[in-house]
Amino acid sequence: MALTKEQIAQRIARELQDGFYVNLGIGIPTLVANYIPAGMNVVLQSENGLLGMGPFPPEGEEDPDLINAGKQTITTIPGSVFFDSAMSFGMIRAGKVDLTVLGAMEVSDQGDIANWKIPGKMVKGMGGAMDLVASARNIIVAMMHTNPKGESKLLPACTLPLTGVRCVKKIVTDLAVVEVTEQGFRLLERAPGVTVEEIKAKTAGKLIAAGEIPEIQC
Amino acid sequence: MNKVVDNADTAIRDIGENATLMLGGFGLCGIPENCIAALVKKGVGGLTCISNNAGVDDFGIGLMLKQKQVKKMISSYVGENAEFERQLLSGELEVELIPQGTLATRCLAAGYGMPAVFTPAGVGTEVAEGKEVRRFNDKDYLLEMAFAADFALVKAWKGDTEGNLVYKETARNFNPLMAMAGRITIAEVEELVPAGMLDPDHIHTPGIYVHRIFQGSKYEKRIEQRTVRARN
Repeated sequence: MALTKEQIAQRIARELQDGFYVNLGIGIPTLVANYIPAGMNVVLQSENGLLGMGPFPPEGEEDPDLINAGKQTITTIPGSVFFDSAMSFGMIRAGKVDLTVLGAMEVSDQGDIANWKIPGKMVKGMGGAMDLVASARNIIVAMMHTNPKGESKLLPACTLPLTGVRCVKKIVTDLAVVEVTEQGFRLLERAPGVTVEEIKAKTAGKLIAAGEIPEIQC
Repeated sequence: MNKVVDNADTAIRDIGENATLMLGGFGLCGIPENCIAALVKKGVGGLTCISNNAGVDDFGIGLMLKQKQVKKMISSYVGENAEFERQLLSGELEVELIPQGTLATRCLAAGYGMPAVFTPAGVGTEVAEGKEVRRFNDKDYLLEMAFAADFALVKAWKGDTEGNLVYKETARNFNPLMAMAGRITIAEVEELVPAGMLDPDHIHTPGIYVHRIFQGSKYEKRIEQRTVRARN
């Protein structure tokens, strides 16, 4: 059984460690915030200028001056701090953010990522994605293994315009957990009931699957 | 020198055709609402706008786009605006998309008196085309130039008659950076107080960067994505 988006987020949450500063992108990555283990201190960074992002406000308490990078109304938590956009990307560039989780349209077996532009379609812009992927110490991509046409999103080389090169460390999809190594993708875990052969068939890039591949524990 | 002006119309009086403007804000959060309204009223055109986003169809920079006052946008993300898309596809509007951290840092460089900065954002992508690449400590960086803007239009929460500014929450975003970077910086504030009323330890933008300041007549502060949780 392929993982749901919630289960992908749940699996990524297992990568969190106490004391981590984490930047979560829009989409599946946002869901990771729902699975931070109880008692673990994880501080969420929002690149529009906030460390210590809290949950959405109760109805009637929305504050137009307090939003996240997805422009959603949010709240602060004890210990939150505001700063300007240059400092926000300064802490990202300086490697202070421990983990970045973001979505992607394509990832190559060298760790290149494409997630901002489809030629011929309206281009909205890269926002902070290029800064994040160029500087984050650890980048995990959360995405579906294939696109809606059933084509692999894990490729020998990205076909879409790149967001960053040789930066992705790990990919969690609905089918597998894959690490990016010098030799290509390395299969670490598979979704419950999904065979290594199916994952190989749906991975266009070079995939190494050595030994027994355990099932994903969410 | 008296920096205080009566209203937005007076503050923007000498913004002319083809000026390059910086406008603070992230989405619709912390945008100089009153200055934008005055620019729309004035109808000045051919503007180049450096701003993280381009507003929505009926608010923010979207109001200036609707009147075809904008020649070029320099932004990191321009998603939420149908008129913007129409003008872009028809070739009426020129757009330069740059990474958000690069946008912020090019403002910072201008305000710090540095001609350029090196950043890794965009290395190996189309953003790097035509730019100098330098290698430091086994990593590649792009040379990015400081912005030059005729006017910076920023919005703060409180300001004093010396031009000192304090921002509120995430409405700070690009405002302090752009405030430092304009050849002429115009600040609009929700509350203008006499010098001495702000705690010098709590001021975000020193007044030396601010040339004109006024209290905005009203703030709509529109919310782009209203998200709430159920009450317990």
